Amino acid sequence: MKFLDEYRDSSAALKIAESINGMVSRKWRIMEVCGGQTHSIVRFGINTMLSESVDFLHGPGCPVCVTPAERIDDAITLACREEVIFCTFGDMMRVPGTSVDLMSARSRGADVRIVYSPLESLDIARQFPDKRVVFFGIGFETTAPLIAASILQADARDCRNYHVLSSLRLIPPAIEMVLSAEDRPIDALLAPGHVCTITGVEPYRVLSEKYGVPIVITGFEPVDILSGVKTAIGLLELSENDVVNDYSRSVRLEGNTEAQRIIDRVFESENAEWRGLGSISISGLKIRDEFLKFDAASEFGLSNAASADEKRNECIDVLMGRMKPEECSAFGSECSPDHPLGPLMVSSEGACAAYYRYR
Amino acid sequence: MCLAVPGKILKIKDDDPLSCRADVSFGGFVREISLMLVPGASVGDYAVVHAGFAISIIDEDEAGKVIADLEIALGNDSGDDETT
Repeated sequence: MKFLDEYRDSSAALKIAESINGMVSRKWRIMEVCGGQTHSIVRFGINTMLSESVDFLHGPGCPVCVTPAERIDDAITLACREEVIFCTFGDMMRVPGTSVDLMSARSRGADVRIVYSPLESLDIARQFPDKRVVFFGIGFETTAPLIAASILQADARDCRNYHVLSSLRLIPPAIEMVLSAEDRPIDALLAPGHVCTITGVEPYRVLSEKYGVPIVITGFEPVDILSGVKTAIGLLELSENDVVNDYSRSVRLEGNTEAQRIIDRVFESENAEWRGLGSISISGLKIRDEFLKFDAASEFGLSNAASADEKRNECIDVLMGRMKPEECSAFGSECSPDHPLGPLMVSSEGACAAYYRYR
Repeated sequence: MCLAVPGKILKIKDDDPLSCRADVSFGGFVREISLMLVPGASVGDYAVVHAGFAISIIDEDEAGKVIADLEIALGNDSGDDETT
């Protein structure tokens, strides 16, 4: 496929890797923020193509992983109601709440449907006016405008039986948590190309300047990721802290301003809980009061307050680069994708789950 | 989760700004996609599509430039047609 195949060309990838290996003069630690990039790095063996001087650390960027267990419990509670059709992206089906997952709720008779887009759940709401259709609104800035759009459409068409169980999170506050750590474990960041497609470059320029760290906005295919690493190593070797947009075929300087406008129209920011990581200030989005009738938590009387998930120090150590996934004593034994103890094992885009699957 | 794939806009089916439905081809597999987040998109453009919505239009000049720069940097400037 055009704009895909050329970025999966293995000979180009190997050449970039060789060129990176020829540039490094010392050990550099690079964190990719997005779980999709983590998955690509481990799946395509990108980390193994590079010399040991390039150390990948894997960031918190997987919305499936960081959705609090209590929010998944809320989803299961709603899904089990007689009048509810519960719609979700497929990734969430096997993610456990505090005890069970949506898949087991479905096997017990709950009407849980996997959808490709929030618009599909809106169609289901129109199709079944006697039911209440709830969409599980998880995601980062990439997904937030889509969910906002579905709410605006529901509002314009007076579709009153459509609701969103919202658990949206924002990436820059999570990056800031990593960058502001006393023993900051990283030298450069690869920023997530699809989040930046929406937000633009500015939030990353602010972080780069505040913390003196080079940030390279990067795509998701092997050639994209290796090009991003090459740019980052180039900046590090020259001691330059800059923000470079290496995903310019999709990311504009100002981002997608229409998407930003829609997010702002429907949501406001709030402090939010990240599974296994604790609360991060101003890192979540909640539905504005004006659209409260579409907020499943409000409509069904669930608590919207961030409840404190249990923090696991080992997960935070992996996340902060103090420990590799396989160095954790629970890795692959007590903690596996079937029985995750922490966020990084929860979905295939979590660092621990990717290591478990591909190593 | 933030997976998005490029597809070619084949046909714009309505111009209601709240839906903007279009047929988009992903290597021959055609799916209905909303263009409401990319005002100004045209038939023939390649869109980056996430969960039923185009989130950006691919800047083909930028894409071509990046691949060309890469080939020069890698000493592979032989004029091989790798960008089609």
